[in-house]
Amino acid sequence: MYTQSLSIPDGDAKGPRKVENPDYLAEFNAKIDAGSFIEPKDWMPEAYRKTLVRQISQHAHSEIVGMLPEGNWITRAPSLKRKAILLAKVQDEGGHGLYLYAAAETLGVSRDELTEALLSGKAKYSSIFNYPTLNWADIGVIGWLVDGAAIMNQIPLCKCSYGPYARAMVRVCKEESFHQRQGYDLLLHMMRGTDEQRAMVQDAVDRWWFPSIMMFGPHDKDSVHTDSARWGIKRISNDDLRQKFVDATVKQAEVLGVGLPDPDLKWNEARGHYDFGVIDWDEFWNVVGGHGQCNVDRLAARNKAWEDGAWVREAAIAHAEKMDKRERQVA
Amino acid sequence: MERKEWPLWEVFIRSRNGLDHKHCGSVHAPDAKMALQMARDVYTRRLEGVSIWVVKASDIVASDPDAKPELFDPAEDKIYRHPTFYQLPDEVNHM
Repeated sequence: MYTQSLSIPDGDAKGPRKVENPDYLAEFNAKIDAGSFIEPKDWMPEAYRKTLVRQISQHAHSEIVGMLPEGNWITRAPSLKRKAILLAKVQDEGGHGLYLYAAAETLGVSRDELTEALLSGKAKYSSIFNYPTLNWADIGVIGWLVDGAAIMNQIPLCKCSYGPYARAMVRVCKEESFHQRQGYDLLLHMMRGTDEQRAMVQDAVDRWWFPSIMMFGPHDKDSVHTDSARWGIKRISNDDLRQKFVDATVKQAEVLGVGLPDPDLKWNEARGHYDFGVIDWDEFWNVVGGHGQCNVDRLAARNKAWEDGAWVREAAIAHAEKMDKRERQVA
Repeated sequence: MERKEWPLWEVFIRSRNGLDHKHCGSVHAPDAKMALQMARDVYTRRLEGVSIWVVKASDIVASDPDAKPELFDPAEDKIYRHPTFYQLPDEVNHM
C-alpha cells in the first residue's frame, strides 16, 4: 500500500512562486520530455522538489499508519498460519514506509522533519486508514480491495520521473501482489465456511467498498490542477485508475460470491466499462479533514509509539558513541 | 520532543554469488552492526541477498552532476573504442 491520489496540500505556507533559471528549466523539461529519470543531485525546479517531498512522504506515512488497522488483528488471527501471514504483511508495510522515507530524504528533507510532520498532524496520510477493522473479514477485504486499489495507483509510479521514488515503487509493487492475494485467499476460505462467516465477509465488503474507490482521489474535474502530469510524476488520472479498478474487481466479487454495495453498478456496453453510483465526497473530505472514525486514535498510537521508543533510540546512540570513543582511545 | 537522528547508511546487496553488490536504498542506524541488521530486515525479507554492505552515507564521495560534461563528454567522440567502429569483411565480421 498505499497512496490515494494523494498530494493533498499539507497546509504549507503559500509563498510567491520561485522564479527558476530558464536555462536549467529548459534542460530539466527536455529530460522529462525524453522520458529520462531525474536523480537526487540533479537540478530540479523547487516546485517539483516540493511536490515530490509531499507525495512521497504522505505515501510513507500511509504505509506506517497502515500498519495499525491490521496490527490490531495480529493477536486475534484465527490460526497460526494466518497470524504468520498477517505478521509478514504488516512487516512489509513498515518496510514500504522505510523505502519511501529514504526516497524522500534524497530530496534534502530529514527523517526527523518527516516524522514530526506526521506526529503533529500536519502531514496527511491515506484516508482509508481512518476506518476501523471490526471483524476478521476486514483483514481479507483490506488485502483484496484496499491493497488492490493501491496497486492500481502504484504501478504507474514505478515509471515516475524521479529515480529514487520509481525504484522504491518497483520494490513495493513486487511485494504488494502478495498482500492482495493473501486477502482474497482469506476471504475465499471464509466464503466456504458457515453462513455466519459469509455474513462477516459481506459486512466487511459493504463497509470498505466505497472508501476503497475513494482512494483514487477526487474526480478529475474536481482535482486541483498540479504539474504532476507535466513532470511525469502522475501518469494516469484519478478517474481512469478508479474505472480500471472497478472493472477488474466486479469479476473477483462474482467468483468470491459477494455483492458490491452499489445498486448502480452495471456493465455499460457503449462505454465498455462498468458504471457505478455516486461517491459521497463529503465523507471523503470529512475523513481527510481529520474527522473520520479513527483519525484521533491513529495519531495517538503513532505518538505513543514514538515516545515509548525514545529511550531505545537514545540508548542505542549513546552506546554507539561510547564504543566509538573507546575505539579511538585504543587506537 | 528532543530529537537526535541516527546516521544514514547506504545499503548494497549481492543478490547471489557471481553478481556485484548493488545499491538498493538506505537505513538509519546508530552503528554499523545495527545498520547491517536493519538492512537485513528492510531489504532482504524475501531472499533478495546473500551478502550486505553498509556504508555511512557521509563517507561516500560522489561526482558533481553539474560537472557531467567535463567528466563524461571526453568519452563521447572516441567511438573507435567500440568494436562496432571497425567494419570488417562479411566473412570475418563475427570476430
